[in-house]
Amino acid sequence: MLAFSIRRILVAIPTLLIVLTITFVLIRIAPGDPAEVRLGDYASKEAVEALRRQMGLDRPMWVQYLEALKGLLQADFGRSIINGRPISGDLKRALPYTIQLTLFGIIFGALFGIPTGVYSALRRNTLTDYIGRTLSLGGLSIPSFYLGILLMLVFSIHIPLFPVVGGGDIHDLADNLYHLFLPGLTLGLVMTAYVTRMTRSSVLNTLNEDFIRTARAKGLSERKVIYKHLLRNALLSIVALIGVYSIILTGGSVMVEIVFSRPGLGRMMIGALKQRDYTTLQAVMIVFATFVVLINLIADLIYGLVDPRVRRK
Amino acid sequence: MQRLSKGRKLLKTFLRNRTSFIGACMSLALIIIAIFSYWLAPYDPLKQNVYHRLTPPEMIHIFGTDEYGRDVFSRVLTGARISLFVGIVSVALGMIIGTMMGMVAGYAGGKLETAIMRFLDIMMSFPDEVFGVMVMIVLGPGMLNVIIAITILMIPRFARVGHAPTLGIKEMDHIVSAKAIGAGSGRIIIRHILPNIFGDVLVMSSLWLGTAIRLEASLSFLGVGVPPPTPTLGNMVRVGVDFLASGPWVSLFAGLAILFAVFAFNLLGDGLRDITDPKLYAR
Repeated sequence: MLAFSIRRILVAIPTLLIVLTITFVLIRIAPGDPAEVRLGDYASKEAVEALRRQMGLDRPMWVQYLEALKGLLQADFGRSIINGRPISGDLKRALPYTIQLTLFGIIFGALFGIPTGVYSALRRNTLTDYIGRTLSLGGLSIPSFYLGILLMLVFSIHIPLFPVVGGGDIHDLADNLYHLFLPGLTLGLVMTAYVTRMTRSSVLNTLNEDFIRTARAKGLSERKVIYKHLLRNALLSIVALIGVYSIILTGGSVMVEIVFSRPGLGRMMIGALKQRDYTTLQAVMIVFATFVVLINLIADLIYGLVDPRVRRK
Repeated sequence: MQRLSKGRKLLKTFLRNRTSFIGACMSLALIIIAIFSYWLAPYDPLKQNVYHRLTPPEMIHIFGTDEYGRDVFSRVLTGARISLFVGIVSVALGMIIGTMMGMVAGYAGGKLETAIMRFLDIMMSFPDEVFGVMVMIVLGPGMLNVIIAITILMIPRFARVGHAPTLGIKEMDHIVSAKAIGAGSGRIIIRHILPNIFGDVLVMSSLWLGTAIRLEASLSFLGVGVPPPTPTLGNMVRVGVDFLASGPWVSLFAGLAILFAVFAFNLLGDGLRDITDPKLYAR
């Protein structure tokens, strides 16, 4: 297990490096010079040049790249080109809101998606299965921002149970959860749809396996077949997909944060985009990518832990 | 003869499979509406009318009007046409480029394969919405750029569909024989490998057309899609959010149209996959 873990971590490092490089290059080739953006349209050429020098933009790209990498190693993302504040401070404030949201989403999705998927698969081609399948296909089809708007319309505007916007006070748990509920539900429902589908097909695949037939043939009770043989193996492939879910979740969290004006990373990204704040944008993109690479790494490690076959490869 | 009967059998299964049949009907209806949206729309989707701002749905404006007094129904029809156009073009481009890349990687093997597939894996480690925004920042707004962005998001998906089966197919006898009589790599890939995976590719295109439409709407909703005044469904939902209390119908109907479109293609793709996957079909 140790060798496997080390190998996986070593593979994650170049991935992360490539992701950082892609982000860096894309932001650099984006139209609009940061110095010009900050000074506005009426600034003199000399002033722009001076600011470029001050911000270090006049140096060769590879020097800037190495500087950025050096900063990242110390968790220093530089300063925002719009307000001059250190970006790491803003990130630190935004991150908990996004983490809360995605955690809520994945827990909700697993809690409701796995049982529904198993139930749907075991009662394949019955009415319940059809309803479950249609609903989960609907959940895959509905854009998360639209689902958020629908929930908001019903539970905040028509029946004013929950707040329309905001993230709540991060230090006040009750207020926090109160603000988390609707956005979390939105993401959770979308997640439930994905998890239900994956679980259903995974259980169906496992049902066809020889060891299930053997278990039945040797006279085990259906209960034992399902809990001891079927679920344990079917759930393996669901764990293997945590990485995929995490990518979907992160993307969904951006949309949901925009709808509910939650002060998380997604909103920070779109805010930076509107102000053309390229340094902040770069920082948020890097955090998103790191987030996904890390979750993928963790998912792989968990998978290796529960399935010894993976470790040997 | 063999081919025909196989095709007929597939068609029969297709008609009997309710999922794909309903999906096909919905998709077809959508495409017809999109093509004829110009004639079907009762009003000019861009015409403003200050006296009819945010009027609720009624007989003359069945989906109501928006904050400029524009007819929401006409705008939804036009928006659907744009979404569908962007979706179809980007999925087609992504399909051609991605499948090609996957097949070439699989056939060539070695370093080239590792390089291509590794790079595409990394692209897929960004969430679609985040990567889409990133590409749109670089390219700037505009319909062509939205198409490019979604194409880029589609390429790794199709590459995987092209890659995995190629690995098995290239070891088959008919490929080995083709190579033996001197067929070039390009010919082998196009004439001998592609026909074997084309069915899978088509099925996935239908499924991912839904994804592409959802992505177009998401980019528009984030404000980096096709810029106004062109009505797109995502833009309409975004603008409508500001009037959720006084005129929810703007967001509601535009979003419903997105849901309908995505659901239709997902249903079709899902059904097609059930039919064409013999393992599932046998059950």
